[in-house]
Parts: sequence; structure tokens; C-alpha cells
Amino acid sequence: MSPTPMSPNPPSLTRRAMLAGALGAAAAAALPAAAARAGATRTIPATGAAIPAVGLGTWITFNVGADPVLRDRCTAVMAAFFEAGGGMIDSSPMYGSSQPVLGHGLERLGHPESLFSAEKVWTSSPGDGPAQIERSRRHWGVPRLDLVQVHNLVAWEGHLKTLRHMKEAGEIRHLGITTSHGRRHDALERIMRTEPVDFVQLTYNILDREAEDRLLPLARDRGLAVIVNRPFRQKALIRQFRGRPLPDWAAELGARSWAQFMLKFILSHPAVTVAIPATTRVEHLRENKAAALGPLPDAAARRRMAAWARDV
Amino acid sequence: MSEWWSYRPGDFLLFAPRTYWRLFELENAASWPLPLLALALGAGLLVLLRRPRRWSGRVVALALALAWAWVGWRFVGERYAAINWAAVYAAPLFYIQALLLAWFGAVRDGLNLSIPPRGSVRLGLALYAYALILHPLTALAAGRPLAGAEIAGIAPDPTAIATLGVLVMLPGGGVAGAVAGGVAGPLLAIPLAWCLMSGATLATMGAWQAWIPLAAAAVALAAWLRETFRPRSARAHPDA
Repeated sequence: MSPTPMSPNPPSLTRRAMLAGALGAAAAAALPAAAARAGATRTIPATGAAIPAVGLGTWITFNVGADPVLRDRCTAVMAAFFEAGGGMIDSSPMYGSSQPVLGHGLERLGHPESLFSAEKVWTSSPGDGPAQIERSRRHWGVPRLDLVQVHNLVAWEGHLKTLRHMKEAGEIRHLGITTSHGRRHDALERIMRTEPVDFVQLTYNILDREAEDRLLPLARDRGLAVIVNRPFRQKALIRQFRGRPLPDWAAELGARSWAQFMLKFILSHPAVTVAIPATTRVEHLRENKAAALGPLPDAAARRRMAAWARDV
Repeated sequence: MSEWWSYRPGDFLLFAPRTYWRLFELENAASWPLPLLALALGAGLLVLLRRPRRWSGRVVALALALAWAWVGWRFVGERYAAINWAAVYAAPLFYIQALLLAWFGAVRDGLNLSIPPRGSVRLGLALYAYALILHPLTALAAGRPLAGAEIAGIAPDPTAIATLGVLVMLPGGGVAGAVAGGVAGPLLAIPLAWCLMSGATLATMGAWQAWIPLAAAAVALAAWLRETFRPRSARAHPDA
């Protein structure tokens, strides 16, 4: 979430506005969905800031180069994302043209305030880190990045030092570290135990659950926000489950699709802060966002879901 | 890169198939009417390959050199590199190939095409004709518009396959050419390498077209090895 400067001339509170606000509040209180929306946001332990639980990944999906048609589709996905509450969009210098495509979309959409910009630094030379981060920020067109993570632990010692200095100087809001595909969990655990990071990003989904053993409990203990990547194993799980009916009891959880079933499983882990599914389709984006609304499974339901997914 | 053994080719694919195939549509539109000109020029070269004149080698080499330079700059270095940063490192290979063709083929007159028809000539012509005529139609076969056709001289795969076709036609695997040690050998390396890289990329994308550059590379390599290691007495003399 980019900082919003206070307006020097706040709008006057008219009677009409008060009435509209009161009616709106009353209506929201009456709607069960409004109560469920509380589960749609999480708190970042380091700062106490609230953030929507379903973010947006850009790996592959936003790497469309200068293609005007595909750029428009990405912008449409982003528009739907912000309509549904916005939150974290995650990218990396490694993702080809994803950063300029993101910047293009943000510009078209007028830089929505609900954006939480999550970037990465990805270079084997820590000395090149600051310049790369600055290039990334320019691509996004934001005054400062909300989060910069060390991508896949590449040269992490040097980069973390840089990121700490940048955070202290107010140039970034949070710092973190990432891994994916279940790789280098031992190194990640050591960093989580010894380094002052705000976020940790890792792979966790209904079939890849290694993180449950040590990393997710450790993140809770240490007060680290957790970003979950590859929630669908890059569509492989969707393809695997496609054509098979959801179990009858999925309706009790409010899951209307396999994507929602899998996202609800991830979001129901108490250590998880944000999941970042990627998509190129507006309807899938809305479906993903809706997964955070409504009930989330309890421990017993989670065991049932995992067993069901294993059998499928 | 730690735990490198746990990486699969798919982990390095940065773009969606749809994005990749759209590149050809965009490039054809951006360079129009050059694709038509490239097809016409390619057809002219095919005539020269079938009925070579004394100067055919120089003309073919120069045309191929221009094609490699253009494709390296426009498609690989600009359009493809926008979605695949590894292409930045592939573009110089296209420039090197252009220089090799210009030097060995045009300056040194190393592409001696004045040879009697035989197996490798027919094979080379078939590869070249495929790249020129049939390869663009794979877009239709894949359910994509003809506007996204891959055209020799505009797109890298048909350019590489056409070049392999020309090199396969050289007598004695190029050993009997004007350059000591043969021309085809050094000129084959980059087109073969590109075909392998492209085939691997397409296979990772799950595209059935992957077999095309791989098969072209295998055929060209087998033909070149056969020519190169045939007994010298059995080789067709270029002046025969």
C-alpha cells in the first residue's frame, strides 16, 4: 500500500454524506458477507498494516512484452484485482517484461492506493542491487516499493544488508526473502532464525506441504509475514483436478471451484499472510479473490481436504 | 544455482505459449511488407539453388547473411528478448553467423553450388523448400492465423532450417570448398545450436512443433557427417 499523503483540505462532512455512510454501515452490518470479509485481510506482523489475503503473482502471466492486446488483458486483470480490494502484486526483475507491463497497467488505472508493491532483487552481485531495485521502482512508477525480497536467496547476505539500509532510510517499507519449489528450506530456516526479515515467501499448496513442518510454525513464532507462491503449482493442480467433481462438503466451506478449494486450504493456515496466484483471466482473478471470503476450514476440515486432494 | 538437479526445463520458461506465438504475428505486422519480400527473395534463391550459376554461391551467402543479421536484430534481440532475457545472449550468435556467411560465402566464395544433383543436394533442397514454403503453414496447422506465420528471413527457425539446407548441399561436407578445412562445418554450428535451443523451448512449451527444428538439425547433421567422412574418391567433385 503506497503511502497516502494527508490532504491539506479534507472534504467537509455533509449531512448527505453522513446519512449515506450510516446507511452503508447498517447495510454492511446486515450482510453476512461483510462479516466474512474480515477473513479477507491479514495483518503484517512487522508493521501491523492490514493486507488482503489474496494477492496477484505475475510470473509468466505478465511477461507479454510490448504486445498491446496482451498488455490490455493484463490491465483488465489488474482492474478486476483492485475492484476486488487490491493488495499485493508480486514481481521480479527475473520475470522478463512483467515489471514494465505492471507499470503500464498501474498508469492506466491511475495507481490505485490499495496496491502493495512486492518486488525482488535478483543479481549475484550485491553491489548491483540498489541500481536494480531503482530500475524496478521506476518500472512500477511508484514513489517507493512496499516490499523488496531477495529472490531465491541469491547473494542473500549482501542484499539483506542493502535492504536493511534502504528500510532504515525509508526507501522501502518491508524486506523479505524468497524461495520456491520447496528448495533450500534449510538455508531459509537459518535466515528466518537469525536475520531481521519482515516477509518470507515460499511454496505451499495442498500437495506441497513441507513448509508446515518447520517454516510456517517458525514464521508464526518469529512474527514474520508469509507469502505463498505456486498455490496451484503453476496451473498443474488445476489441470490435475479438472473434470473431477468437488466433494459435497466443499459447499460448506464456500468453495465453488477447485481453485477456491485449494486457496481456502492455504489461507486457512494460521501462519499464511498472502497467497499470490497468477492468472491472465478476469473471471479467474475474481474467483481467486472470492476464496478469501466466507468461511475457512478448521483443522479437521483441513485434514479432510488434504486427504481428498491426495486421493484425487 | 544450488540444488540445480531439482530444476526442470519448465522452470526456465518465462512466458506463456500464447505470448510466444503472438511474437510472429506482431513482427510480421510491424515489418510488413517485408515478409512478402522475404518470401519472394527466398523463392528466387530456390531457383538459384536448383540451377546454380557461377555467382550463385556469393548471392545465396549474402542473402542468408542479411537474413541472419536482420532476424538477430529485429526478432531475437528486440522482440524475443523482451519476454526472454536469455535471447539477449542468443542475438550475438546471429550476428556471428551473418559475418561467417558473408566472409566464407560472399567474400571467399566458399559456397560452391555448381555441383551435379545427388542425394545431399536433393536433401538440402528439400530442407530449404520446407523452410520457405511449408514452415509458414505450420501456423495454420496449429490453429493460428496465417498472419502469425514464421517466415524465413523474418523468424529464426525457418531461417536456420533454410541455412542448414544450403549447407547440406555443399560437396564433401564443404571440405572441397574454397576454404581449407571446409566451409560447412563452421557455418553449421550456430544453425544447429539454434535448432536445438528452439526445439527444447518448444518442447518445454508443450508445442508439437518442437520436433521440426530438432528433426531438421538431426537430418542436416547426419547428411554433413556422411559427406564429410565419405572416402575422398567417392565425393562428388565440385567441378565435375
